[in-house]
Amino acid sequence: MPEAPFLGPSLALSAILFTIGVAGVLLRRNAIVLFMCIELMLNAVNLAFIAFGQLHGVSGQIMVFFVMTVAAAEAAVGLAIILAIFRHRQTVDLQNINLLRG
Amino acid sequence: MAEIVFYFFAVAAVLGGVMCVLQRSPVASAMWLMSTMFSLAAIFVLLNAQLIGILQILVYVGAILVIFLFVVMLLNLGTAAKDLRGPSSIAAAVAISGLLVIELIALWRYTPARLAAEIAQAPEAARVMFPGGALAEQAAATQGVVGAVAGPMFQQYLVPFEITSILLLAALVGAVVLAKRRI
Repeated sequence: MPEAPFLGPSLALSAILFTIGVAGVLLRRNAIVLFMCIELMLNAVNLAFIAFGQLHGVSGQIMVFFVMTVAAAEAAVGLAIILAIFRHRQTVDLQNINLLRG
Repeated sequence: MAEIVFYFFAVAAVLGGVMCVLQRSPVASAMWLMSTMFSLAAIFVLLNAQLIGILQILVYVGAILVIFLFVVMLLNLGTAAKDLRGPSSIAAAVAISGLLVIELIALWRYTPARLAAEIAQAPEAARVMFPGGALAEQAAATQGVVGAVAGPMFQQYLVPFEITSILLLAALVGAVVLAKRRI
Protein backbone atom coordinates (compact mmCIF):
# COMPACT_ATOMS: atom_id res chain seq x y z
CA MET A 1 0.00 0.00 0.00
CA PRO A 2 1.53 3.33 -1.04
CA GLU A 3 2.13 5.90 1.64
CA ALA A 4 0.34 9.24 1.47
CA PRO A 5 0.96 11.08 4.72
CA PHE A 6 -1.14 14.20 4.19
CA LEU A 7 -3.86 12.99 1.81
CA GLY A 8 -6.89 13.75 4.00
CA PRO A 9 -5.68 17.07 5.43
CA SER A 10 -4.53 18.20 1.96
CA LEU A 11 -7.94 17.49 0.47
CA ALA A 12 -9.64 19.30 3.34
CA LEU A 13 -7.35 22.31 2.87
CA SER A 14 -8.07 22.21 -0.85
CA ALA A 15 -11.82 22.17 -0.12
CA ILE A 16 -11.56 25.12 2.27
CA LEU A 17 -9.46 27.19 -0.14
CA PHE A 18 -11.81 26.44 -3.04
CA THR A 19 -14.77 27.51 -0.94
CA ILE A 20 -13.04 30.75 0.07
CA GLY A 21 -12.50 31.40 -3.64
CA VAL A 22 -16.17 30.75 -4.43
CA ALA A 23 -17.25 33.02 -1.56
CA GLY A 24 -14.93 35.74 -2.87
CA VAL A 25 -16.37 35.50 -6.37
CA LEU A 26 -19.89 35.77 -4.95
CA LEU A 27 -19.09 38.56 -2.48
CA ARG A 28 -16.72 41.00 -4.14
CA ARG A 29 -17.69 43.68 -6.63
CA ASN A 30 -14.22 44.53 -7.86
CA ALA A 31 -13.49 42.65 -11.08
CA ILE A 32 -9.75 42.38 -10.34
CA VAL A 33 -10.29 40.84 -6.90
CA LEU A 34 -12.80 38.48 -8.51
CA PHE A 35 -10.03 37.31 -10.82
CA MET A 36 -7.73 36.80 -7.82
CA CYS A 37 -10.39 34.58 -6.26
CA ILE A 38 -10.53 32.52 -9.46
CA GLU A 39 -6.76 32.05 -9.17
CA LEU A 40 -7.31 30.93 -5.57
CA MET A 41 -9.79 28.29 -6.76
CA LEU A 42 -7.35 27.05 -9.40
CA ASN A 43 -4.68 26.79 -6.71
CA ALA A 44 -7.00 24.73 -4.52
CA VAL A 45 -7.57 22.32 -7.39
CA ASN A 46 -3.81 22.11 -7.93
CA LEU A 47 -3.41 21.08 -4.30
CA ALA A 48 -5.94 18.28 -4.75
CA PHE A 49 -4.12 17.08 -7.89
CA ILE A 50 -0.81 16.97 -6.04
CA ALA A 51 -2.31 15.23 -3.01
CA PHE A 52 -3.68 12.47 -5.24
CA GLY A 53 -0.45 12.47 -7.24
CA GLN A 54 1.30 11.14 -4.13
CA LEU A 55 -0.63 7.93 -4.61
CA HIS A 56 -1.03 7.79 -8.34
CA GLY A 57 2.30 8.96 -9.70
CA VAL A 58 3.45 12.16 -11.36
CA SER A 59 0.43 12.45 -13.69
CA GLY A 60 -1.14 14.74 -11.10
CA GLN A 61 1.86 17.05 -11.20
CA ILE A 62 1.66 17.21 -15.00
CA MET A 63 -2.00 18.18 -14.75
CA VAL A 64 -0.97 20.97 -12.37
CA PHE A 65 1.49 22.15 -15.01
CA PHE A 66 -1.34 22.41 -17.54
CA VAL A 67 -3.62 24.14 -15.03
CA MET A 68 -0.90 26.72 -14.41
CA THR A 69 -0.57 27.35 -18.13
CA VAL A 70 -4.31 27.85 -18.50
CA ALA A 71 -4.31 30.12 -15.43
CA ALA A 72 -1.58 32.29 -16.92
CA ALA A 73 -3.41 32.56 -20.25
CA GLU A 74 -6.69 33.28 -18.49
CA ALA A 75 -5.15 36.00 -16.32
CA ALA A 76 -3.57 37.71 -19.33
CA VAL A 77 -6.74 37.71 -21.44
CA GLY A 78 -9.05 38.48 -18.52
CA LEU A 79 -7.02 41.44 -17.33
CA ALA A 80 -6.86 42.75 -20.90
CA ILE A 81 -10.67 42.58 -21.00
CA ILE A 82 -10.85 44.43 -17.66
CA LEU A 83 -8.53 47.10 -19.06
CA ALA A 84 -10.74 47.48 -22.13
CA ILE A 85 -13.88 47.73 -19.98
CA PHE A 86 -12.23 50.30 -17.70
CA ARG A 87 -11.25 52.40 -20.70
CA HIS A 88 -14.86 52.31 -21.87
CA ARG A 89 -16.75 52.73 -18.57
CA GLN A 90 -14.18 54.17 -16.12
CA THR A 91 -15.06 51.51 -13.54
CA VAL A 92 -14.31 47.90 -12.67
CA ASP A 93 -17.24 47.64 -10.25
CA LEU A 94 -19.34 44.72 -11.44
CA GLN A 95 -22.56 46.35 -10.17
CA ASN A 96 -22.10 49.09 -12.76
CA ILE A 97 -21.34 46.74 -15.65
CA ASN A 98 -24.92 45.69 -16.36
CA LEU A 99 -25.37 46.07 -20.08
CA LEU A 100 -26.51 42.47 -20.46
CA ARG A 101 -28.84 42.56 -17.44
CA GLY A 102 -32.49 42.21 -18.47
CA MET B 1 7.86 17.64 12.62
CA ALA B 2 6.37 17.41 9.13
CA GLU B 3 2.89 17.69 10.65
CA ILE B 4 3.78 20.94 12.40
CA VAL B 5 5.14 22.41 9.16
CA PHE B 6 2.12 21.23 7.18
CA TYR B 7 -0.44 22.66 9.58
CA PHE B 8 1.51 25.92 9.95
CA PHE B 9 1.41 26.49 6.20
CA ALA B 10 -2.18 25.25 5.96
CA VAL B 11 -3.30 27.85 8.50
CA ALA B 12 -1.24 30.50 6.70
CA ALA B 13 -2.85 29.57 3.38
CA VAL B 14 -6.39 29.75 4.76
CA LEU B 15 -5.65 33.03 6.55
CA GLY B 16 -4.24 34.50 3.33
CA GLY B 17 -7.30 33.38 1.35
CA VAL B 18 -9.75 34.85 3.86
CA MET B 19 -7.88 38.14 4.07
CA CYS B 20 -7.65 38.27 0.26
CA VAL B 21 -11.45 38.14 0.09
CA LEU B 22 -12.02 40.60 2.95
CA GLN B 23 -9.46 43.30 2.19
CA ARG B 24 -10.86 46.41 0.56
CA SER B 25 -7.79 47.49 -1.33
CA PRO B 26 -6.94 45.35 -4.38
CA VAL B 27 -3.22 45.68 -3.63
CA ALA B 28 -3.72 44.30 -0.11
CA SER B 29 -5.77 41.44 -1.61
CA ALA B 30 -2.95 40.65 -4.01
CA MET B 31 -0.41 40.62 -1.17
CA TRP B 32 -2.50 38.22 0.93
CA LEU B 33 -2.99 36.03 -2.15
CA MET B 34 0.79 35.99 -2.52
CA SER B 35 1.12 34.69 1.04
CA THR B 36 -1.39 31.94 0.22
CA MET B 37 0.57 30.96 -2.87
CA PHE B 38 3.87 30.82 -0.99
CA SER B 39 2.26 28.63 1.68
CA LEU B 40 0.85 26.35 -0.99
CA ALA B 41 4.30 26.10 -2.58
CA ALA B 42 5.69 24.92 0.77
CA ILE B 43 2.88 22.36 1.05
CA PHE B 44 3.61 21.12 -2.49
CA VAL B 45 7.23 20.50 -1.44
CA LEU B 46 5.99 18.55 1.59
CA LEU B 47 3.81 16.46 -0.74
CA ASN B 48 6.85 15.40 -2.83
CA ALA B 49 6.12 17.82 -5.69
CA GLN B 50 9.27 19.91 -5.45
CA LEU B 51 9.31 21.03 -9.09
CA ILE B 52 5.69 22.19 -8.92
CA GLY B 53 6.47 24.06 -5.71
CA ILE B 54 9.18 26.05 -7.48
CA LEU B 55 6.96 26.58 -10.54
CA GLN B 56 4.20 27.81 -8.24
CA ILE B 57 6.46 30.58 -6.96
CA LEU B 58 7.89 31.40 -10.39
CA VAL B 59 4.65 31.34 -12.39
CA TYR B 60 1.98 32.38 -9.91
CA VAL B 61 3.85 34.83 -7.74
CA GLY B 62 6.44 35.91 -10.26
CA ALA B 63 4.20 36.26 -13.30
CA ILE B 64 0.47 36.17 -12.64
CA LEU B 65 0.40 38.25 -9.45
CA VAL B 66 2.75 40.78 -11.00
CA ILE B 67 0.31 41.18 -13.91
CA PHE B 68 -2.47 41.75 -11.36
CA LEU B 69 -0.42 44.41 -9.60
CA PHE B 70 0.43 46.05 -12.93
CA VAL B 71 -3.26 46.28 -13.84
CA VAL B 72 -4.17 47.66 -10.40
CA MET B 73 -1.44 50.25 -10.85
CA LEU B 74 -2.55 51.10 -14.41
CA LEU B 75 -6.17 51.57 -13.37
CA ASN B 76 -5.20 53.54 -10.25
CA LEU B 77 -8.24 52.28 -8.34
CA GLY B 78 -7.35 53.00 -4.73
CA THR B 79 -9.64 51.73 -1.98
CA ALA B 80 -13.29 51.38 -2.85
CA ALA B 81 -15.69 52.74 -0.25
CA LYS B 82 -18.13 49.85 -0.57
CA ASP B 83 -16.78 46.77 -2.20
CA LEU B 84 -18.90 43.92 -0.85
CA ARG B 85 -22.26 43.17 -2.39
CA GLY B 86 -25.59 43.79 -0.63
CA PRO B 87 -26.91 41.80 2.37
CA SER B 88 -29.07 39.45 0.29
CA SER B 89 -26.06 38.58 -1.88
CA ILE B 90 -23.94 38.02 1.24
CA ALA B 91 -26.54 35.63 2.67
CA ALA B 92 -26.71 33.73 -0.61
CA ALA B 93 -22.92 33.56 -0.83
CA VAL B 94 -22.59 32.26 2.74
CA ALA B 95 -25.27 29.62 2.13
CA ILE B 96 -23.71 28.44 -1.14
CA SER B 97 -20.21 28.38 0.34
CA GLY B 98 -21.41 26.51 3.44
CA LEU B 99 -23.06 23.82 1.35
CA LEU B 100 -19.99 23.54 -0.84
CA VAL B 101 -17.53 23.23 2.03
CA ILE B 102 -19.64 20.52 3.71
CA GLU B 103 -19.76 18.63 0.44
CA LEU B 104 -16.04 18.94 -0.18
CA ILE B 105 -14.95 18.22 3.41
CA ALA B 106 -16.44 14.76 2.92
CA LEU B 107 -13.31 14.09 0.86
CA TRP B 108 -11.43 13.95 4.17
CA ARG B 109 -12.83 10.46 4.59
CA TYR B 110 -10.99 9.38 1.45
CA THR B 111 -8.32 6.83 2.36
CA PRO B 112 -5.42 5.45 0.29
CA ALA B 113 -6.93 1.96 0.51
CA ARG B 114 -10.22 3.13 -0.98
CA LEU B 115 -8.41 4.97 -3.77
CA ALA B 116 -6.32 1.90 -4.59
CA ALA B 117 -9.47 -0.22 -4.75
CA GLU B 118 -11.14 2.28 -7.06
CA ILE B 119 -8.14 2.39 -9.38
CA ALA B 120 -8.07 -1.39 -9.50
CA GLN B 121 -11.74 -1.47 -10.51
CA ALA B 122 -11.46 1.40 -12.99
CA PRO B 123 -12.33 0.58 -16.62
CA GLU B 124 -9.46 0.20 -19.04
CA ALA B 125 -10.24 3.52 -20.75
CA ALA B 126 -9.66 5.48 -17.54
CA ARG B 127 -6.32 3.80 -17.05
CA VAL B 128 -5.25 4.70 -20.57
CA MET B 129 -6.27 8.32 -20.00
CA PHE B 130 -4.32 8.59 -16.75
CA PRO B 131 -1.34 6.29 -17.11
CA GLY B 132 -0.08 5.43 -13.67
CA GLY B 133 3.62 6.09 -13.48
CA ALA B 134 5.73 5.20 -10.51
CA LEU B 135 4.65 6.92 -7.31
CA ALA B 136 5.82 10.49 -7.11
CA GLU B 137 8.31 9.84 -4.33
CA GLN B 138 9.83 6.74 -5.93
CA ALA B 139 9.97 8.37 -9.36
CA ALA B 140 11.81 11.36 -7.91
CA ALA B 141 14.23 9.06 -6.10
CA THR B 142 15.16 7.13 -9.26
CA GLN B 143 14.90 9.80 -11.98
CA GLY B 144 15.44 13.03 -10.11
CA VAL B 145 12.88 15.67 -9.25
CA VAL B 146 12.72 17.20 -12.74
CA GLY B 147 13.20 13.98 -14.67
CA ALA B 148 10.26 12.30 -12.94
CA VAL B 149 7.92 14.98 -14.28
CA ALA B 150 9.66 15.52 -17.61
CA GLY B 151 9.61 11.84 -18.62
CA PRO B 152 5.81 11.36 -18.75
CA MET B 153 5.26 14.92 -19.95
CA PHE B 154 7.22 14.35 -23.16
CA GLN B 155 5.96 10.81 -23.68
CA GLN B 156 2.32 10.22 -22.68
CA TYR B 157 1.41 13.91 -22.50
CA LEU B 158 3.33 15.18 -25.54
CA VAL B 159 0.25 16.20 -27.57
CA PRO B 160 -1.41 18.17 -24.71
CA PHE B 161 1.95 19.82 -24.11
CA GLU B 162 2.13 20.99 -27.72
CA ILE B 163 -1.48 22.16 -27.63
CA THR B 164 -0.53 24.24 -24.60
CA SER B 165 1.88 26.25 -26.74
CA ILE B 166 -0.94 27.06 -29.19
CA LEU B 167 -3.11 28.13 -26.25
CA LEU B 168 -0.38 30.45 -24.99
CA LEU B 169 0.10 31.95 -28.45
CA ALA B 170 -3.65 32.57 -28.77
CA ALA B 171 -3.75 34.17 -25.31
CA LEU B 172 -0.76 36.36 -26.18
CA VAL B 173 -2.31 37.63 -29.39
CA GLY B 174 -5.72 38.01 -27.75
CA ALA B 175 -4.36 40.02 -24.83
CA VAL B 176 -2.48 42.38 -27.15
CA VAL B 177 -5.53 42.87 -29.39
CA LEU B 178 -7.84 43.50 -26.42
CA ALA B 179 -5.56 45.87 -24.55
CA LYS B 180 -4.41 47.92 -27.51
CA ARG B 181 -6.36 51.09 -28.22
CA ARG B 182 -6.04 50.97 -31.97
CA ILE B 183 -4.71 48.07 -34.00
